Amino acid sequence: MKGMSLIVKTVTNIVIGFILIYGVYIVLHGHLTPGGGFAGGVIIAGTFVLKFLAFGGTARSERESLTIGSVFESLGALLFISVAILGILLTGVFFANFLAKGIPFHLVSAGIIPICNIAIAIKVGAGLFSIILALAAMKYVIED
Amino acid sequence: MIELYLFLAFILVAAIIATEIKDLLAAVISLGAVGFAVAIVFILVQAPDLAIVQIVIEVLTVVIFVAVISRTTHIDETIGKKLAGTQIFAVVLFAFFAILFLVVMGKALYQLPAFGHPTMKIASEYIRLGLGQTGGANIVADVILDFRALDTLGEATVLFTAVIGVAALMRKSGRKK
Repeated sequence: MKGMSLIVKTVTNIVIGFILIYGVYIVLHGHLTPGGGFAGGVIIAGTFVLKFLAFGGTARSERESLTIGSVFESLGALLFISVAILGILLTGVFFANFLAKGIPFHLVSAGIIPICNIAIAIKVGAGLFSIILALAAMKYVIED
Repeated sequence: MIELYLFLAFILVAAIIATEIKDLLAAVISLGAVGFAVAIVFILVQAPDLAIVQIVIEVLTVVIFVAVISRTTHIDETIGKKLAGTQIFAVVLFAFFAILFLVVMGKALYQLPAFGHPTMKIASEYIRLGLGQTGGANIVADVILDFRALDTLGEATVLFTAVIGVAALMRKSGRKK
């Protein structure tokens, strides 16, 4: 799809890093403050969508992005399910919190919850980015 | 509580505008207004986790809708047309079931406990044990990723299925010309 005007591109260049950092912050602090993997993942997906809408892309780059997005979505799902199965292997309970609890209100605490947040963020972000790419940016069906 | 009811009334008005307006772009913007008002309502009833998710999802939804509309058509041609015979029957049937639903729903809602007084003990147990058993300071993260992580796995599966469905619908290879 085509890009947008110079104003949109300049503003995008300025704000996109801040939005990405905010998304990562929401994910990593999911067990301490409101937010978590789902919200942070959607914000991270939003930065990629913003870049695509502002700068556009060729049909080839869109197809490659869709492939990368689906790979990352599967990786996130695999990470989430492997944390759950590790719980079975180590303690005998599905989704058992097998890591140390740590001190509450510290960044490294709450056992597997931060890892699950990161897995969900990768999965949700890549999945929603793929959906938007397929629905809004691609021209597969219409032009073929 | 008055501002809560103000926003609920705003949601109703914006939703009715979204269904009745002829320009689809205006309808989508009206739908976005509904979503952001829902986010504010979540903040007012002290659910910031849900408010963040609602805001970001609403932004992405409006982006999808605007992108699709800008590639197809702006005008909803079904609004303002006269209804055919079978459509009138469908509308009457729908109105009957809607009124029936409202009557039954009113009776059911009348028997619910007051706002902030849950009937089940399990929620208060989660709140009591959350910090000690999981170590997470955010009780919502404790519940969705530790106590009820299986539910979250189901939710992730739903999203995974949705992505597979979209990719299958929008695929290039294997389509009949």
